[in-house]
Amino acid sequence: MSFFRVCLLTGLLGFYLPTSFAEMTIEITEGVQSALPISIVPFAMQGTAGVPVDVSFVVDADLAHSGYFKTLDKQSMPGRPSTAEAVQFKDWQALSQNYLVIGQVTENQGQYSVQFQLFDVYKGEQLMGYQMTSSAADLRRTAHHISDLIFEKLTGKRGVFSGRIAYITSNRVGRQSNHKLEVSDADGFNAQTIASSGEPLMSPTWSPDGKKIAYVSFERKTAAIYIQTLATGQRVSVAEFPGINGAPSWSPDGGKLALTLSKDGNPDIFILNLVTRDLTKLTKSSAIDTEPTWSPDGNNIVFTSDRGGKPQLYKVSSQGGEEERITFSGSYNARASFSPDGKSIAMVHGNGSDYRIAVMDLATKSVNVLTDGRSDESPSFSPNGSMILYASRKGGTDYLSAVSSDGKIQQKLMFNGNEIREPAWSP
Amino acid sequence: MNLNKTVLVLAISAVILMGCSEDDKDESLIDGTQNAASGINDASTQGFKNGSGLSGSEMNNSGMYPNAGIGPEFSDPNNPLSKSTIYFMLDSSQIQDDFVPVIAAHAQYLLGHSGQRITLQGHGDERGSREYNIALGEQRAKSIASMLKVQGVTDGQLDVVSYGEEKPASFGHDEASWELNRRVELIYQGK
Repeated sequence: MSFFRVCLLTGLLGFYLPTSFAEMTIEITEGVQSALPISIVPFAMQGTAGVPVDVSFVVDADLAHSGYFKTLDKQSMPGRPSTAEAVQFKDWQALSQNYLVIGQVTENQGQYSVQFQLFDVYKGEQLMGYQMTSSAADLRRTAHHISDLIFEKLTGKRGVFSGRIAYITSNRVGRQSNHKLEVSDADGFNAQTIASSGEPLMSPTWSPDGKKIAYVSFERKTAAIYIQTLATGQRVSVAEFPGINGAPSWSPDGGKLALTLSKDGNPDIFILNLVTRDLTKLTKSSAIDTEPTWSPDGNNIVFTSDRGGKPQLYKVSSQGGEEERITFSGSYNARASFSPDGKSIAMVHGNGSDYRIAVMDLATKSVNVLTDGRSDESPSFSPNGSMILYASRKGGTDYLSAVSSDGKIQQKLMFNGNEIREPAWSP
Repeated sequence: MNLNKTVLVLAISAVILMGCSEDDKDESLIDGTQNAASGINDASTQGFKNGSGLSGSEMNNSGMYPNAGIGPEFSDPNNPLSKSTIYFMLDSSQIQDDFVPVIAAHAQYLLGHSGQRITLQGHGDERGSREYNIALGEQRAKSIASMLKVQGVTDGQLDVVSYGEEKPASFGHDEASWELNRRVELIYQGK
């Protein structure tokens, strides 16, 4: 119920605030039963100038939103220790806290020294401690990095809090729309527009090194694929053939782009060598072949085809060869995204009226439907494979959601702008 | 596990901190942040200077008779040329019987006006994946192109573009809107 209140509030705010204030807020709708109790004590502040980012607040939010942790609210804390000597482990044990994080942020001439320690409350032992320095501008990223360190230490999985997401937004006024390709931190902060157009933008996809994004733009009233370097904003057009230029997907080695072209008559999968500019046709069916995605080892490409009458997923060697159907459950399976370990794929799974995110184990072919929306689409795995980011809609409102690959954790990343879609998690 | 009770004092900058996580890819993100203000602005203005957006003329075209400027027959409700949108069934690019006379009328017009060029703009409803809907929209536009060509219209008079579900005609999320969005718009380019 509190979720709906947040929806309403962000929705109203979106109405009055300029879009530069539009931000996402994360709501956990379902977490794991075994979420680990952890206390993030507000970090002590030292120095003359203020601290522009509440580092411990960001860490608390990251860990709580992951669904793996249950953080203790500040009011319930028995004290606010900022040094190891000041910690009374018994007090935290009494509150059934497994872990405790304390820290200090010290400002010195515009530079910030951030120090934190992670303790096992029951053993009374330090598990981890770091001191790091940061500029004011990088404090948020430093906080996310602390979250990553704690997350990995306690779960054994790589943290993804310091990652980024790319996505498309549309702001419609009357019949005119402004489309933007934006990149933000994984928690929705620091959103930056990297491309905007009055014509549609689509299908953002990250280069494996995270430095570039390929996307489709209709800015010339026909489709073209661009590759844009994030640091400089420079971009090049890599596909501008007659017909469809769509669905770019980077090879894991970064040297090639799989894409969909219809220049020969109907949509087929092609491989574009980004170094030599050689173009190789991979599929040759007379049906729709689109939405290619590379397996993480680079050996195979999974794509959507309606050659059997309805859209289903097929697999082909990235060198070409026999094309094999891999989905058989459900009338609609499309837009595959490989898990980082290559063992499963996320996809849009339709049963006739609803489109949901499902994961298929490639070895057993078993399909697990993870979401319950009516039009869930564009699944994208987090780099540690634990979460799948996707676009969803309820009651005419578009938002981004994330679900754990086992379906046990659901996050809603709200957005108080208009339309938001096609999320892509950075490598 | 070796539980070190002292704080590991790593006097490293945030840049190096990010860089040390695995390889140097995080460092590039930091670079991106630092350069963002200038670099990103360049892209929007420079890169999209040619992006035409919805132009004034297209706004005028979105009225009841989008091709009215081509000739009086295009805004005469009794003339099939006044119909410029062909609708389709779900996940289908088959032309329904009702629209055959409309397409035939446009074919006749194009045959008689060899200087005219038409864009067949294919669209889909919002259901299903976006790039698949791009392909479906193109199939719809191409099935109309085929019918026009059977009647003698040449490739030189035809352009095909698919916007998939990216440019809905109706913005609702129900069957009534979806029906209006599964369409091909026939847009004369003028002379």
